[in-house]
Amino acid sequence: MSPTREEQHWMYRNMVTSRRFEEAIAKIYFEGKSPAFNMANGPIPGEMHLSDGQEPVAVGVCAHLTPEDVVTATHRPHHQAIAKGVDLDKMAAEIFGKKTGLSGGRGGHMHLFDDDVNFACSGIIAQGMGPAVGAALSRKMQGKPGVAVAFVGEGAVNQGGWHEAMNLAAVWNLPFICVVEDNGWGISVAKKTASSIASHADRAAAYGIPGKRIEGNDPYAIFEAAGEAIARARAGEGPSLLECETYRLAGHFMGDAEAYRPKGEKDALFEKDPIPKMRERLLADGAASEAELDTIEEESAARVDAAIKFARESDDAAPEDALTRVFAA
Amino acid sequence: MTKSNERKLTIARAMAEATAQEMRIDPSVFVMGEDIGPLGGVYGNTRGLIEEFGAERIRDTPISETAFIGAAVGAAQDGMRPVVELMFVDFFGVCFDAIYNLMAKNIYFSGGNVKVPMVLMTSTGGGYSDGGQHSQCLYGTFAHLPGMKVVAPSNAYDAKGLMTAAMRDDSPVVYMYHKGLQGMGWLGTEAGATVHVPEEPYTLEIGKAKVVREGKDVSIVSCGMGVHNALKAAKTLEAQGVSAEVVDLVSLVPLDRDTIRASVAKTGRLIVVDEDYMSYGLSGEIIASVTEHDISVLKAAPKRVAFPDVPIPFARVMEQFCLPNPDKIVAAWDEMQAA
Repeated sequence: MSPTREEQHWMYRNMVTSRRFEEAIAKIYFEGKSPAFNMANGPIPGEMHLSDGQEPVAVGVCAHLTPEDVVTATHRPHHQAIAKGVDLDKMAAEIFGKKTGLSGGRGGHMHLFDDDVNFACSGIIAQGMGPAVGAALSRKMQGKPGVAVAFVGEGAVNQGGWHEAMNLAAVWNLPFICVVEDNGWGISVAKKTASSIASHADRAAAYGIPGKRIEGNDPYAIFEAAGEAIARARAGEGPSLLECETYRLAGHFMGDAEAYRPKGEKDALFEKDPIPKMRERLLADGAASEAELDTIEEESAARVDAAIKFARESDDAAPEDALTRVFAA
Repeated sequence: MTKSNERKLTIARAMAEATAQEMRIDPSVFVMGEDIGPLGGVYGNTRGLIEEFGAERIRDTPISETAFIGAAVGAAQDGMRPVVELMFVDFFGVCFDAIYNLMAKNIYFSGGNVKVPMVLMTSTGGGYSDGGQHSQCLYGTFAHLPGMKVVAPSNAYDAKGLMTAAMRDDSPVVYMYHKGLQGMGWLGTEAGATVHVPEEPYTLEIGKAKVVREGKDVSIVSCGMGVHNALKAAKTLEAQGVSAEVVDLVSLVPLDRDTIRASVAKTGRLIVVDEDYMSYGLSGEIIASVTEHDISVLKAAPKRVAFPDVPIPFARVMEQFCLPNPDKIVAAWDEMQAA
């Protein structure tokens, strides 16, 4: 199943939007943080995990999803949030800690919740697995349409909770897909240092479900594999496990010196940057004209600019609002 | 009420009845946990449910607390009202991330845009030599962390009303039932917990304490099993001419500080009975609630009868030495007089 022309344009648009968004955040993040780097300073305080390079996984999977489908994401959630259709203005405002943010500043960039499109993320490794499995259970019990996708990193498969949730999804035959984004690094620990097998897709055998590894950070190949897994889940045939090779072009967090990376690795990854690659492919395939792609890029940049402007101009969160919304209204 | 109208139930039966009644009117309620299906729960609180509702809504789970509590959060956010069981509260160690980082925080992280209507039932308490990983209360541990309501019934009437209220709440409720009150003969049940329970559904307000015995000389504040110890001590004290008031907290979060303060304002003396560990916990919180509000109401320094800060020992004599009991409460009164 190859993406249609329209789907290819959607994928490219969301990849570019995500990249422009991360670039904007990266620039603003350092405001107020130099010459001395202090994480607490500037308009965007706190940790920041950017998703540059990992866009193909988000768009290849989310191209098959509708707002009613459920996604749980990780501490590195922006590309997935954008591909899932999270309100970009409110998301930017949340990252700035503004009153107009998704949660009014209570969550921050690792805790983005958009109920309108069933998106949530979390700062604890593999923690999204249980809730996604539970949402899948909810749909099955209610006889309602929709699948649940948990995005996790390749380091997450070594969490006990990951195994528990995979087994639960399989033993209850739920409409659930686990998508492992394999960027090769758990902060500074290389995949081969942490895992005894090269492909986490092999772990699917432990649950009696299909597993597939997709090499090359290729949005088309990810689209195809995700399409099969999601169609299978929609048909009531149960969960799947996908592992997608991807590239972390950013550090683990903003400010990460990345001294642990082998010399030259980063340069090689930038040469394989999936965004220019997709642009070339769209043109080579005749799937888009230069003018069309230019328009997509301009519109994406404008969309990001508008979201950043909205965030910057919004009111700060009111300090005393910290004491509200602990419980449901 | 005449004797013939009386409908005495154990806490276990009251919990199961409340759950069944709610499941009949609300299709979004379902139960999952370990051994809650054909076995009916290790403590009997899901007995009979699978026969009526089937295995789809009464789900035995794998031994995977992180996954099924996390799944309950996801299902709750998606429109269901899961009731999940953590068989022993002591097992929180394998799944606390799903409880306090997920269940308790998602309403806040979403700015109130998502609801997490779920009940986490869990058994507490010792006294039957089950050792240090199957006998704790951990009230303070759960009540300390924001985002979870916490209830701890002392009798079957309250247990039913709290269970129904918990299932109807849009926030997560931790429902801590004491094994020694469950009405399971093999656990050495406290008879006072088995009381009249109306058949029709009703709710008890979460966050409201009860004065279960009126008195004027001292307030004894507790929850769960501690209430029964307090009532027994009050009887002994009465024989000595001392009028003890007993406050059953019923809910730990929200804590009904007004009822505690009003009682102590009346009696001027406070003894807190807590089967949880002494330090950094419930007993200190109750005392602080009084003293930081108005220390002048106290005629004597408050006293605590709580579990000492040691893991719960196995040997019967050792465990009984550590547990609160009526004699220790009476002794606390005596010390208060001697001071």
